[in-house]
Amino acid sequence: MATENKILEADFTPPVERYPCKIVEVKLGATRTEGGTRGRSIVIGGETSPAFYTFETPVPHPPVVAIDVFDTEVALPKAVKMHVREVIQDPAAWAKLAVEKFEADLITVHLISTDPLIKNSTPRKAAATIESILQAVDVPLIIGGCGDPSKDADVFAEIAETFAGERFLMSSITRNMDIERCARFIKKYGHVALSFTPMSLNLARELNRRLYDFLPREDIVMDLTTAALGYGLDYSFTNMERARIAGLSGDEELAHPMMSGTTNAWAAREAWLKMGPQWEPRELRGPLWELVTALTLLLAGADLFMMMHPAAVKTLKDIIRRLTNHGSPNPRELENWVIARN
Amino acid sequence: MKRPSPLDICRLLPKVNCKECGSENCLAFSTKLANHEVGLEDCPQLFTKENEKALGLLREALKPAVREIFVGSGSNAVRIGGKVAMYRHEFAFFNPTALAIDVTDEMMEQEIQVRVERIANFVFDYIGQKLKLNMIAVRSTSNNPDRFMKTVMELDKRTELPLILCSLDPRILEAGLKHISEKRPLLYAATSENWKEMAELAKKCQCPLVVSAQNDLRLLRSLTKTLLAFGLTDLVLDPGTYAGNGLRDMLNNFTMIRRAACKMDDELFGFPLLGAPIVAWKDRGGTPEEIAAWREALLASMLVVRFADILIMHNLDGWALLPVAVLRQNIYTDPRKPASVEPGLKTFGNPDENSPVMFTTNFALTYFTVASDLESAKTNAYLLVVDTGGIAVDSAVAGRRLTAEKIASSIHQSGLESKVRHRKLIIPGKASRLSKEIEEKSGWQVLVGPRDSSDIPKFLQSEWKTKA
Repeated sequence: MATENKILEADFTPPVERYPCKIVEVKLGATRTEGGTRGRSIVIGGETSPAFYTFETPVPHPPVVAIDVFDTEVALPKAVKMHVREVIQDPAAWAKLAVEKFEADLITVHLISTDPLIKNSTPRKAAATIESILQAVDVPLIIGGCGDPSKDADVFAEIAETFAGERFLMSSITRNMDIERCARFIKKYGHVALSFTPMSLNLARELNRRLYDFLPREDIVMDLTTAALGYGLDYSFTNMERARIAGLSGDEELAHPMMSGTTNAWAAREAWLKMGPQWEPRELRGPLWELVTALTLLLAGADLFMMMHPAAVKTLKDIIRRLTNHGSPNPRELENWVIARN
Repeated sequence: MKRPSPLDICRLLPKVNCKECGSENCLAFSTKLANHEVGLEDCPQLFTKENEKALGLLREALKPAVREIFVGSGSNAVRIGGKVAMYRHEFAFFNPTALAIDVTDEMMEQEIQVRVERIANFVFDYIGQKLKLNMIAVRSTSNNPDRFMKTVMELDKRTELPLILCSLDPRILEAGLKHISEKRPLLYAATSENWKEMAELAKKCQCPLVVSAQNDLRLLRSLTKTLLAFGLTDLVLDPGTYAGNGLRDMLNNFTMIRRAACKMDDELFGFPLLGAPIVAWKDRGGTPEEIAAWREALLASMLVVRFADILIMHNLDGWALLPVAVLRQNIYTDPRKPASVEPGLKTFGNPDENSPVMFTTNFALTYFTVASDLESAKTNAYLLVVDTGGIAVDSAVAGRRLTAEKIASSIHQSGLESKVRHRKLIIPGKASRLSKEIEEKSGWQVLVGPRDSSDIPKFLQSEWKTKA
């Protein structure tokens, strides 16, 4: 029993674990010396601990953020549109704005116009769009298809060959595509595959296994599906958290860096809908919805984020910086909040 | 900490199969105990003299890695802690993070009344659940015991919500406790400076106590060890919440404490964690309120994900609280249970043979969202809920769980063809890709509906009324 006025000393040893496996490192984009035209290339992955367990190991490569650019008119939430209104007709200008003003680490070019149900534009036309964006910015690019498995393969093939050596991330390679064909041109022309599966770790392993026949592990990033906050985010979170821990524990088929399609957060009606006065303004609610989706998955191990709203992007990048760099609370942070008058 | 198996548990039960617990036999009861679906209190045999030892052993075996603590009393008490695993996929998370909103003892009576009402009235309907706020934290900024006491009494009159009494000065907390100690408020907090007096207060009033050490886990463990030796059992840990450069240390502290409790059997860290995103409002200088609210919300979100059992916040704006409340619900959803509803034909209002027919999937979120839109628009319609194994429309289309064949066979099995005269099926906009195939397989005509169910009423006005 503590009867004196002395604190009983207890020591503390950080509960550090050692994981047998490392997450593979994947390079995106290629500089001139590397065979491309980018100002810098980016490496993701390489973790030896779960997300931001920096008491255990340092973060080898901080997660990065790609901003969405669309090659054709799409319905954007008002909260996003207000920031890109002037560039919405011009993908190159849009990309430039996203990099220079919103600090995008990469640009995702969504080639929606190639969708047979939209404009059915040709692979050549898509390649021309990519060319204009390569001229406008010098960050690595992610090539976003339209979702039609056969059209995407044709578009990716054209772009892969036309821009050999640029190390684009091809978004995405899915189970219902011609895996062999796609993997072969991705390998031949020096790009990276985004391996997409719908919310199933078994399917993710299976797709990666099929890709391994043609692609080295360093050329594969995983997309395990991101569902919006409120509309299945818990599934995405748990899938990603399990995948990361499994990868670190020796499950090599899951030991890949992970991409999050955080823009999906806007599919939640609460992100864009005009709700009652007690939930307004939506201009703040929306970006916060996207940010919370991102932060949740950041803590599950996401390495690469596809996002839309500049405020969400800026805040996420700031948080990543603070979680990655060394730093302790400054003295003011340690002061008593109880007595603070706001 | 190895969780006991049903057999381990059964070994310690009386094994008389009396069925008084509601289960068929002791092994069935053991399985439910192992899954934390029932408590030991359900077995009357365990509370007899001869089973005293067994009860003790069972309590020890089933003890969660993180102690479960009640804040508040009676039917209004809120449970926090009680975590049995570090990761939700290892089992499930119990006792959703309690959200506490602050008032200060320098607020006028009127301001407090308005604030308490806003806290009580905060509600969001989500998948058939009501998301609400859980506690009120009353901070002494006046440094005046009398003032604090009056404010606490005022609150006690106006709310059923459990309270957190916040001051680092034991005299002030003592004043606050004077008239409400039997309500079991949470006391914030014991530190290296005041632990002795706080411990005496907590012991006397039988209240749970927060142990606080700023960014110093060795000190936190020492304080906890001291307070346990003093005879306290219900502790809550506050390792410090930081909105600035301390963010990294904060996350590490929360993670290390929870891992120590769950993976290393560390008894000293086996207590609920308290976060204070309210710090985002401290020292903000000229920073606009929206920015402070934004920062508070993002801190709260990160802490909900990383093990916080209770959060003290300030802002009551719905735009900032809603994402946090929804995130909490999502993280605390039991991952073992599929979020699906019974497939089949549902009716809304009083549909007749000319009423519209729609379909959706049996993913709970999808179903409840569509149902809510149909109900609020007072629509008369048939809604066919197709079994996709609990997957939403777009994912189900992409993953081939929602196919034209499945939709066609659902229609034929539903008896719809004898209920309506027409053969027009309104499909979710996100399934438009399947239109032609659905027509081929079902023989019904497809009308592609809106992508979001909130547009259904408008759609029916323009597309159904005119064309049907």
